[in-house]
Amino acid sequence: MSVSPYSYKVIKHFQNPKNVGRIKNPDGKASEGSPLCGDMVSLYIKVDPVSNIITDIKFESYGCASNIATGSIITELAKGKTLSEAKKIDWKMASDELGGLPPMKVHCSVLAVEALRSAISNYEEKHGLAKPEDIELNEDNVKKKLSHVINPNIGKDIIFSKTIKSFSIKEGIVEIELDMDKKNQFSNNISDEIKESLSTLKGLKRTEIKFSD
Amino acid sequence: MRLVYLDNAASTRVDERVTEEMIPYFNDKYAVATSVFSYRMGLESKKAIDSARKIIAEKINASSDEIIFTSGETESNNIAILGTSGKNKGKSHIITTKTEHLSVLKTIEKLKEGGFLVSYVPVDKEGFIDCNALKKSIKKETLMVAICHANEEIGTIQNIEKIGKICREKKILFHVDATQTFTKMPIDVEKLNITTLTLSGHTIHGPKGAGALFIKKGTKIDKIMHGGFNEYDLRPGTENVPAIVGFGEAVRISGKDCKKVSVLRDYLIERITNEIPDIKINGPLGKDRLCNNVNISFHHVEGESILLRLDMKGICVSTGSACFSRSLEMSPTMKAIGNNHELSHGSIRFTLSKYTTKEEIDYTVESLKKIIKELRKISPLGK
Repeated sequence: MSVSPYSYKVIKHFQNPKNVGRIKNPDGKASEGSPLCGDMVSLYIKVDPVSNIITDIKFESYGCASNIATGSIITELAKGKTLSEAKKIDWKMASDELGGLPPMKVHCSVLAVEALRSAISNYEEKHGLAKPEDIELNEDNVKKKLSHVINPNIGKDIIFSKTIKSFSIKEGIVEIELDMDKKNQFSNNISDEIKESLSTLKGLKRTEIKFSD
Repeated sequence: MRLVYLDNAASTRVDERVTEEMIPYFNDKYAVATSVFSYRMGLESKKAIDSARKIIAEKINASSDEIIFTSGETESNNIAILGTSGKNKGKSHIITTKTEHLSVLKTIEKLKEGGFLVSYVPVDKEGFIDCNALKKSIKKETLMVAICHANEEIGTIQNIEKIGKICREKKILFHVDATQTFTKMPIDVEKLNITTLTLSGHTIHGPKGAGALFIKKGTKIDKIMHGGFNEYDLRPGTENVPAIVGFGEAVRISGKDCKKVSVLRDYLIERITNEIPDIKINGPLGKDRLCNNVNISFHHVEGESILLRLDMKGICVSTGSACFSRSLEMSPTMKAIGNNHELSHGSIRFTLSKYTTKEEIDYTVESLKKIIKELRKISPLGK
């Protein structure tokens, strides 16, 4: 497989994914989908209420090889960890553990990581460990949300990669200026993904995106 | 590991007889195909090219001086569209569909930037062009209708005779991309009223890097690259002699494989339909489908995953999944026939050739059954 863009470990986990399936009556569960390529991940956890340790974890994937491989590795990483330890698992860890992922496929691995975090939040909310909070529309939260949107051209998020030139918030309207040609092959995808990621912010009326000429 | 190659719409294995014809033109007869007053080795190259030209011309009922050699489908489509666009005064409108090859779609987009108007004629659920809509979209300024003879993804064969007639009546140019149909079906440029016709060598067991463009005598057309006087002063640059020789030979030996291939095609469709649940066949069935094309959407699973798992069994296929594409967008053809994201996401294209065997099809179906079952087990959908 030396010509493959995927590492040996990605292929191994894709071929024989660990922890596949559902948990009956899970303590926490979540599904995450990406409008970028239509992939979807569902994740289920069992948690020991005394130690807060994840005792069992399973996932399902409607997705490509990177999506399946990341679901497999992330469930392996989270199993046996406490909730606060598991929350620290990010896609960099998953990607490193898999021996790297092709830049274009980074968004697929983000999905599984988000599903793990959401499943933990779901558990915490159900057990009164955290209250679901409204996330206000402000500069910090917009930045936080946008840092989950990946620019597939470079495989880095659009804040870090400075794909976002500037943004402003005025009367519930977020205006974003991207350092990207409208003709870029990913312009539509990134635009959709930005809108989707901001859509849950409280007080948002709409998002407007401008491309550079 | 065994190899089952089912991506013949993308490219094909070169026939050994073709390779054999090409070999002398690398180390022995390597001179450039130059003027008629040249030394003998140059004349030999010229003779070889002209002989390939004659074979191709006869195959489509054209004359030799109506054929120019190009590097392939993309270049031929570019010359046909860009080359006529500047030479026909007052004509600034093009009619096409959303299911064309990218070299037609993107070239027309370029014209659009320069002020051309474009009408995209809708296609139905099986990919057939709405001829009435096509007729209605014709204007005084219409330069041409540009369509593919058969769609490379879902195998829909268009009624080009009917469209040719409309173009004849309305006196507009008719460009046809026959990359997928050439040598698989008879093409008579005279009868079909075709103005320009794109042909490619590597999809018919010839080499990559050789294609042709038929240009009807009297067509107002300009070159799009500038340089020497090669190819009737329409395509400058040293001719790719070995590839052109191979292209000619591939056409010469092409025969009646299509019937045999279509039997295997129907066998593959039948087995998948009977043995794998929750699928959708994309494109038409029967005689209006390209003889070597099968395109099927598998619900609840993703195409790149299927493709990679098949690759692990040595089976080469293609997919319309966004995850697989370089732009992460679903295929425009899938969109045009009304397939939603999920159907495109799980679509697999199998394209057969004269080398495909029944045993290979059986092996593919058996592998596919296991793979779809396993991936559906992993999937959260459809439970």
